[in-house]
Amino acid sequence: MSATPVLALRGVSKRFGAVQALTDVELEVHAGEVVALVGDNGAGKSTLVKTIAGVHPIDDGVIEWEGSAVQISKPHDAQNLGIATVYQDLALCDNIDVVGNLYLGRELRRRGVLDEVEMERRARELLTTLSIRIPSVRIPIASLSGGQRQTVAIARSMLGEPKLVILDEPTAALGVEQTAQVLDLVERLRDRGHAVILISHNMADVKAVADKVAVLRLGRNNGVFDVASTSQEEIISAITGATDNAVTRRAARNAEVQK
Amino acid sequence: MSTDKTSTPLGKADPAAADDAPAPAPAAVTAVDPRLLVREQGFAGYLSEFKRKMRAGDLGSIPVVIGLIVIWAIFQGLNSNFLSAGNLSNIAVSMVATGMMAVGIIFVLLLGEIDLSVGSVSGVSGAIVAVLSVTNGINEWLAIVAAIVGGALIGVIHGFFFARIGAPAFAVTLSGLLFWQGFMLQLLGSNGTINLDSDGLVGQLTTYYFSDVAAAYGLAVVAVAAFFLSSFTDSRRREAAGVPSRPLSEIVLRTALLAVLAFAAAATFNQYKGLPLAVLLFLLVLVASDFVLRRTAYGRKVFALGGSVEASRRAGINVTAVRISVFAIAGTFAAVGGLFWASKIAAANQSAAPATC
Repeated sequence: MSATPVLALRGVSKRFGAVQALTDVELEVHAGEVVALVGDNGAGKSTLVKTIAGVHPIDDGVIEWEGSAVQISKPHDAQNLGIATVYQDLALCDNIDVVGNLYLGRELRRRGVLDEVEMERRARELLTTLSIRIPSVRIPIASLSGGQRQTVAIARSMLGEPKLVILDEPTAALGVEQTAQVLDLVERLRDRGHAVILISHNMADVKAVADKVAVLRLGRNNGVFDVASTSQEEIISAITGATDNAVTRRAARNAEVQK
Repeated sequence: MSTDKTSTPLGKADPAAADDAPAPAPAAVTAVDPRLLVREQGFAGYLSEFKRKMRAGDLGSIPVVIGLIVIWAIFQGLNSNFLSAGNLSNIAVSMVATGMMAVGIIFVLLLGEIDLSVGSVSGVSGAIVAVLSVTNGINEWLAIVAAIVGGALIGVIHGFFFARIGAPAFAVTLSGLLFWQGFMLQLLGSNGTINLDSDGLVGQLTTYYFSDVAAAYGLAVVAVAAFFLSSFTDSRRREAAGVPSRPLSEIVLRTALLAVLAFAAAATFNQYKGLPLAVLLFLLVLVASDFVLRRTAYGRKVFALGGSVEASRRAGINVTAVRISVFAIAGTFAAVGGLFWASKIAAANQSAAPATC
């Protein structure tokens, strides 16, 4: 693992109108590392990802890319740095085939005409190296299953050889087998030296593939855990704030009363 | 429902699942799903695929073909001249006006939108040509260019209201339909009709025939040869790149089918007055628009927008620009169709809005 993180957030804050969505958030991701970003609904996971992807520019704080501070103010900036984002709602066109979707917006051309042959060859190569199994690269996305679409969406993010891949709940709508395939793919991304940020609500997935777990609670950091040495209960209590809730407050009050 | 769904696959697929579980790691080398049905090569494959589709209710273009055959049979029964070379040739020429408009509408339909205004826009186009060339005596070429540019501008206006302002295409083009019809009546003035010189440039659009027998046959030869060469070189390139390609036998079969159709059509045209200029232009437009839609990055963008606007936007496609350009194309082809319509009836008049009335 390299010493300088690929991406580091230092004291990032983001405000929408009257809502302080993120407050002084810190996050580090190294090359060849999968960092799971977890938290309850509304904890600010998606907002944080969108600030990194350039959808919402940050208000305060610093984003460091490979050690130096950078400005990410629009999606293009993030793409140029080498950040690829796979959104929760898949950004694929149902009516276009797999090859067309992989190369959508960056079609290869030959004498001004689409170079279908080269695109198909490279698409097959990419899918093979990622061990993605799809009936044919020439069938429309509409006829693929949810899991296959998800793998295509992830493969699409790999085309630009990104350094950091952000996956927003990649297994949310998937079955058992498809979830395993996507998790396999996440591990392959890590093995190829990509840094991965994985957003998930599923603790089993997080425990399965992540190296570190960063917990967000109400827009603030609530601990970064090493997956190998942390129990699921500890992570969940960090997510739900189990150390500070009605039950613990009552217990604390009772303890005081008894004193 | 949910218990039903989970219980059936479990009961059935349990042994298979157990087999599958360790499989993915070694099987990961093959990128092909085992469930994919690979079509047999060659003619037998076509036939079995065709039978399977018919049984599955996937009729494709068969209903259209059957419908055409039924229509032809009925009209031939009513009038034995229907299938004569002269009538077929005339129908082919009459088709061009609506055909041109349809080409433009296809672009809009691919976006998942609708353009109701093409009929009115074609009427405006005919009126512009008539007013400029007949009433004001301006060069007919200039008048034609003005009409086509006018159609494109009208399309840009529709596209602007749809893509920039955000009004539904249905509403925009419906009001366009009414507005441009009124505009056409205004242009035509109190008489409501302006006759065109049938020997003029616009008139010739539907009356000119390449009477030389070689023209129709030559076009057929060129078309068949071009089709074969492009399929063949494409297949060779695919083979060299190691991606699936059509076998030579299939290319030959397709070329032969095209050849039969092309030469039958050429023979029919030659029995009458020869290859009509209108049909030649229409075929060129068809080939060109097919090329743009399927072989260029622009066409891919049009398809992408029809599939998912959000995905296209995230892929960096300029949604507004593509939408406006597509409506401009629809307007342009509506204007071109209007020229052929005006040529057919040798006049620009209030009825010159074929798609609306």
